[in-house]
Order: sequence, then structure tokens, then C-alpha cells
Amino acid sequence: MSGVPSVSELTISRIREGLRKKQFSAAEVVTAQLEFAERENPKTNAFLTFSSERALEAANRADARIVKGENPGTLAGVPLGVKDVIVTKGLRTTCGSKMLEHYIPPYDATAVIRLEEAGAAIVGKLNCDEFAMGSSNENSAFGPVRNPVAPDRVPGGSSGGSAAAVAQGTCVVSLGSDTGGSIRQPASFCGVVGVTPTYGRVSRYGLVAFASSLDHIGPFGRTVEDAAFVLNAMAGRDDRDATSAFAPVDDYCALMKQDVKGMKVGLPREYFEGLADDTGDLIHKAIGKLKDLGCEIRDISLPNTKYAVACYYIIATAEASSNLARYDGVRYTIRADADTLSDMYRNTRGAGFGAEVKRRIMLGTYVLSAGYYDAYYLKAQKVRALVAQDFAKAFQEVDAIVGPVSPFTAFRLGEKIDDPMSMYLSDIYTITGDLSGVPCMSVPCGKSKSEGLPVGLQIFTRHFDEATMFRLAWNYERASKG
Amino acid sequence: MKLTTDEVRYVADLANLRLSDEEIVRMSHDLAGILTHVEQLNELDVEDVAPMAQVLYEADEIATLREDHPQNPLTNPEAVANAPISGAGYYKVPLVIEK
Repeated sequence: MSGVPSVSELTISRIREGLRKKQFSAAEVVTAQLEFAERENPKTNAFLTFSSERALEAANRADARIVKGENPGTLAGVPLGVKDVIVTKGLRTTCGSKMLEHYIPPYDATAVIRLEEAGAAIVGKLNCDEFAMGSSNENSAFGPVRNPVAPDRVPGGSSGGSAAAVAQGTCVVSLGSDTGGSIRQPASFCGVVGVTPTYGRVSRYGLVAFASSLDHIGPFGRTVEDAAFVLNAMAGRDDRDATSAFAPVDDYCALMKQDVKGMKVGLPREYFEGLADDTGDLIHKAIGKLKDLGCEIRDISLPNTKYAVACYYIIATAEASSNLARYDGVRYTIRADADTLSDMYRNTRGAGFGAEVKRRIMLGTYVLSAGYYDAYYLKAQKVRALVAQDFAKAFQEVDAIVGPVSPFTAFRLGEKIDDPMSMYLSDIYTITGDLSGVPCMSVPCGKSKSEGLPVGLQIFTRHFDEATMFRLAWNYERASKG
Repeated sequence: MKLTTDEVRYVADLANLRLSDEEIVRMSHDLAGILTHVEQLNELDVEDVAPMAQVLYEADEIATLREDHPQNPLTNPEAVANAPISGAGYYKVPLVIEK
């Protein structure tokens, strides 16, 4: 054996076929992937840590099962990268922060356990904005990630490393996390598939908490099917996360291959105001394809969209200010010198957190502070209910909602870093999905004419109806390639 | 919307964050910008809207409760392994109560 095809273009179904036909072993795939990744990674800085031993052990386990004639799992021999906010036992997990530069978790996240049980080989940990706070990956304490499509551009964020690595081919699939668009926006910027499942569909156990009512784990892949394979392997109830859902998990890979004739697809008019020309053209072209496939296109309205960013930055920062209180110099690896306990807390946090994290802790502390709770936090929770009702009403009329992921394509490194408000507003079309908890994803729909930068089409469906979302995405992907 | 540097210092104190004078000035500018954007929520009448505290919950109220059987927690050495300073199985911190 030795017939490993070009690793940067591998898909899960190609790996499964190769293992079944004995064209190559899992260990050969993983070895080839690691060699490629370690050589190519400096171009993007997507990986912060490689875990070759752990990956090869997983591959050897899969090969041993194959030799014995056992089922090695749907993800046998599949090189997987994991965003560095998802904990891995014995494998450094930094959250892109100096605060956790040397943190070695004593346990695995549930998603990690399930994917390794399905045979996946974790090849390393992926760069991201510090504690997943950012839209460009420039907030990492370990340097920015570069977009593999255009190295002077950001890959998006906060899961910038997860998107860039899949686009660059330094892993086949990856895990990211999404709180306000952190999976879909980088997927769109890098031209890969990124999925934010229904809130609670994937256990958050072992996902380092940013904003607990908004945090999701989700997959990246180069194809819709690859993302569906990964989600299928990790979704479902977990007793260690009380907010994880009991709803049964559908077989996405099977259901997505049904056709979409007669599917009612809504276009929210608020998502088409203020789009860059290039982006708008590609989104309209994609909608044309959906019409050709037999979808029934309808204009709809999500009237509270314009309030989503304001609502989000109150709720997310309030939750973050509480969740990040645990980094106090007592339990997590770094401590600054001080004579008293309270100075020790202050100095450690002042030195360990970067600018964006400090900004969000400050905003969250402010909106929760005495006298301001009703004016900010309570009001934001009410507006959140309105945003969620927008979706609930729309889904009485349509089966899916489509629109752009981002108003524009990948911007240049440094372009928005000094203007936090303009950075926040770039999340306008993704934040609504997190606030309402519906499943949503980005699927590539071409590259801009002027600069050759990828654009993503966003699809939303009803709570727990990932099957319809994947079906629309898979049919679109097939039609756009054909 | 304006925030004085004294207000910023007060919030930094609540958040246990040591900020330099430079950071305080920058922060008062940035926070004021964000809070100004947030003011647009005042356009909405939300008097009769119930706040959304729970995203989704599709099971019955006690579904998440498990049988009360002991489970294996982290061991003590695992729990303190990442502490900057520990000893005898405890986290060590600067003096809290004066003698």
C-alpha cells in the first residue's frame, strides 16, 4: 500500500473508500497529512500545536480494527483539527490566550471523545481569536492566521484557524465554535463549509465557556457531506451538559440526498440591504440555482435584524464577564506577583488578557452593574425574544431561509482592528442565528469577480431540522459544481 | 453617550482588571462608542415582551436530573496540576488574613 492521494484534497468518503479497498492504511493517511501540515502550516499559522503521537495512535487503532474485520468507525483515519477552545486531555489548550499558554486539560470535551470513538485522528489544535472573541483571528496571543486564499487577508474569526486549515488542506475536517458567527463567517471567508447546529445539538462539555447561552460547537469541511459526517458522529444528548438536547439525531448523510423540489425558501429582505456588489451578485446567482432545482422562493422579513448586534453585545459580554472570572491566578497556570490576594487577581488578569477580551469583560461588567441591569441586560433579553420570534414566524411560511453570511469578503489584516464597532457590525447576518438558536451554515457559492475572494451562502432552518439544511446545501453544492 | 475615566476605573475595579492609564483612556472611548450603538434598542417597545433566558428546552422539567450515584471526579493531583502554585494538595494564594 502507499496509494494515498493528494492529502490537501482528501474527503471523508474518499478515505472510507480507500480503506475499504485497501488502497492505503489509516496510518498512511495520517502520516502523509501530518507531514504536509507541518511543512505548510507556517504559511497560515492555523495550527498552534500538533499532536502527531495521538493522531498516529488513533490511526493504528483504526488499522487494527480493519485487520480484525471490525468496523473502524465512520471517521477512521480522518485527520481532524480542533479549535483551541475545546479541551483535549493531556494536549495543551490555550484559547489563543497568554492566560492559558501552558494549560494542559485533565479531561476531553464530549465532542472530542465521540469523534475519536468514531475513529477520527486529532492532528492538532487550531489558532483562534482569544477566548473566541473576534471576527478576524487577529486577537490571538499567538499571532494572526492568514487566509490561505489570499495571504494578506484575514481568514475571519473567531474560528479562523479551523477554516484556514481545512481550506489549506492541513487537515480534512475541523471543529470550531460559534457564539456570534465564529464558524460561518470564517467558512465564508476561506471558501469552505461551516455548520452551526441547533443550540444544544452538540454538547458544550469541554468547550471553554465564552457566552453559555450562545456557544455552539460545529464542524468545518471541504464538502457538505464531510461536515454532515462529523456532526452525525458528535451530536446528541450528553448528561454532562444540562443544556444539551434530547431530540433524536437524524441521519444527515442519508437524508440530504433527497431532492429539494417544492422546498419553500425565504429571502429576508433585511439581509440584502448594504451588501457589497460582488457578494450580492454571487448570492443572487446562488438563489437562481435554487430556483432551477425547483425551490419555491419567497420574500420574507426578519424585522428585528437591525437590533441584533446591539442585543448580542450586551448578552454575550455579560455572560463572558461572568465566565471569565475564573481566570484569577489561582487555578490556571499564570500568576502575576502581588502582596495581597486582590492585587494578585487584578495584576494576573491585567497581564494575561488581551485588549479585546478586556474590552468585553469591561462592557459585560458595566451592563450588569448596579443600576444598569434593567436598562441593558434585561432589555437585551427581551429583544432577543423578538429576534427569535422573527424566525419562528418566518418558519411558519418557509422551510429554509437563505442569504449572505457576511456583507463583504475577507478584509485585509489590520484593516478593522482599531475600530471595534465596525468589526462587531460585520457579524450582522450571523448573530441572529445564535440569538435564536436555529441551525445555520455557510456553503461556498463562488469567488468575487474583482478580487477572487470566496463568498458563502448562509442557510437557516427550524430548530433541530439540520436534515433540511444539509439537504438544501448538498443539492446546491452538487448543482453549482455540475 | 460618554464615560468618564473615573467610571471606567470603577468598572475595572468590579471586574478585577488592572488597566494602565493609557488603557483606561482607550477603554472610555471604545465603551462609549459601543454603548452609543446600543442606545438604538430604546426605539423598541418591549414592555410586554417576556425576556428570553432559556434558548431552547424541549424535554420535561426533571429530564436533566440523574440518579444520585457517586461518579469518579478528578483526582486531587489532577485538579491542582495546572495551578501556578500548589502544595499538600491545595491551591496556594497570597496572605488573605493578617496575623
